Amino acid sequence: MIMKALLKLKTGDYVLLALIVAFILFVAYRVEGALNYNWNWAPIPNYLIRWDEDEQRFVTNFLLEGMFTTLRVCFYASIMALVFGTLLGLARVAKNLAIRMLARTYLEMLRNVPPLVILFIFYFFLSEQLVDAFGIERWARKIARSETAEYWSFFFGDMRKFPALISGAFVLALFESAFVGEIIRAGIQSVGKGQREAALSIGLSWFDQMRYIVLPQAFKKVLPPLANEFISLIKVSAIISLISVPELTFRTQELASATRLIFEAWLTTAALYFVICFGLSYLFRKLENRSAVA
Amino acid sequence: MNQKEAVIELQGLNKFYDKFQALKDVDLTVKSGERMVICGPSGSGKSTLIRCVNRLEEHSSGRLTVNGFELDENTKNIREIRQNVGMVFQQFNLFPHLTVLENLTIGPKRVRKMSNDEAEKLARKYLDRVHIPEQADKYPAQLSGGQQQRVAIARSLCMEPEILLFDEPTSALDPEMINEVLDVMVELAESGITMVCVTHEMGFARKVADTMVFMEDGEIVETAPPEKFFTNPDSDRCRAFLDQILDH
Repeated sequence: MIMKALLKLKTGDYVLLALIVAFILFVAYRVEGALNYNWNWAPIPNYLIRWDEDEQRFVTNFLLEGMFTTLRVCFYASIMALVFGTLLGLARVAKNLAIRMLARTYLEMLRNVPPLVILFIFYFFLSEQLVDAFGIERWARKIARSETAEYWSFFFGDMRKFPALISGAFVLALFESAFVGEIIRAGIQSVGKGQREAALSIGLSWFDQMRYIVLPQAFKKVLPPLANEFISLIKVSAIISLISVPELTFRTQELASATRLIFEAWLTTAALYFVICFGLSYLFRKLENRSAVA
Repeated sequence: MNQKEAVIELQGLNKFYDKFQALKDVDLTVKSGERMVICGPSGSGKSTLIRCVNRLEEHSSGRLTVNGFELDENTKNIREIRQNVGMVFQQFNLFPHLTVLENLTIGPKRVRKMSNDEAEKLARKYLDRVHIPEQADKYPAQLSGGQQQRVAIARSLCMEPEILLFDEPTSALDPEMINEVLDVMVELAESGITMVCVTHEMGFARKVADTMVFMEDGEIVETAPPEKFFTNPDSDRCRAFLDQILDH
């Protein structure tokens, strides 16, 4: 695909590319002179995977662990967001005015406040109380000490960090559900009126209409935008580093301040985010093309 | 015919869309087993009328009784009536994400609480009746328009309704497919089911109708048996309409 694009380049394009490369080289040269930064990439791979002497095998280290936590949080958050979002989408097209108004209020509140502010409000006001009220902290600590800890940590990472992880996932889900809800509402409304009428005419209840006729068609139509939402969720998830969820951004901050490898650490993390997000969007595009053919 | 009971009764039915009045004081009675064909120019309220009967449209005033149940705000009545009244649409409205068989079984399974096997047996029986048993596992988009409409008829039949409503069932079809659908409808008519049919297919109407109804501007202008309707209608408007559509 890239080769094909290269073949299409015209003289003007080459001139433009040359100018851009020259500009980048110039900036790099100036920065190199002015910044006086000692690049040291050698320790970085060690923070991704390291050789464990005791177990005689490679194990994931600091940054990669953080990446897994990011993926875990995003996975749980998107499942919750899908559930909340579907309910919200249904509420937005409900017959009942009160339900529609409530849904609209929820949506506008979440859409018009910065995610970071929502995060802090939720974390400091609500999450602390809820975690306490449900005894989540005590429960998680007990599991962290128990023999099944390894099994649990596959799903949730370090169990001692479980309360923060779950708060993070929940607040991301809240924030994301507003967008997912709008996508699903659009999907529901894109299903023709005739489908509802046909379902009504054979006597299906409202629930069955939604469950068997409307939502399956709606989901199929909005799968591409939903996939994009999931990718953007991964990027937004960096904010939960601020409530000490040990995900990728949080780990990078720790690493950068402990080792002073500031540029190297952040560039590595940027590359990790890029690989995940670009990889996923490439994958989704492939799947989409395939389902379009089928 | 006379001693048969009325299954659909409309008394002084009005329907407004904002200020526009789609139905004006309509009185109509359909008896059990009757085959009624409603015709009239477009915008005359034919579709609105039959869509009121299973409450896809809400009537604004008047009384509408189906099978002795009055159609009003009572949702229990509405569902009761919908189970006994099948409807076939101009645009078929098959469920595109389900196979033909699933299109047919979903009503029996979800509404009539049948088991998988029972529902499938029923579905295959009615697919046979509309002469396309071999298409059971295809998706609607893989069928021709005529086949899709026959599936839609079979889907209604799977609810084993006492009344079938047809809303211009052949208007969206290519000419060469109209007959295969009409043939199925003629067979249905002979089975004794109550049918109310909005259509411009006058050949079909002549063949099966017990009663012809002519509507214009939201009013019923003429109700007559087909012999009288086609040869000697009372109203000039009806005559003019028939001249127009029978002329060529």
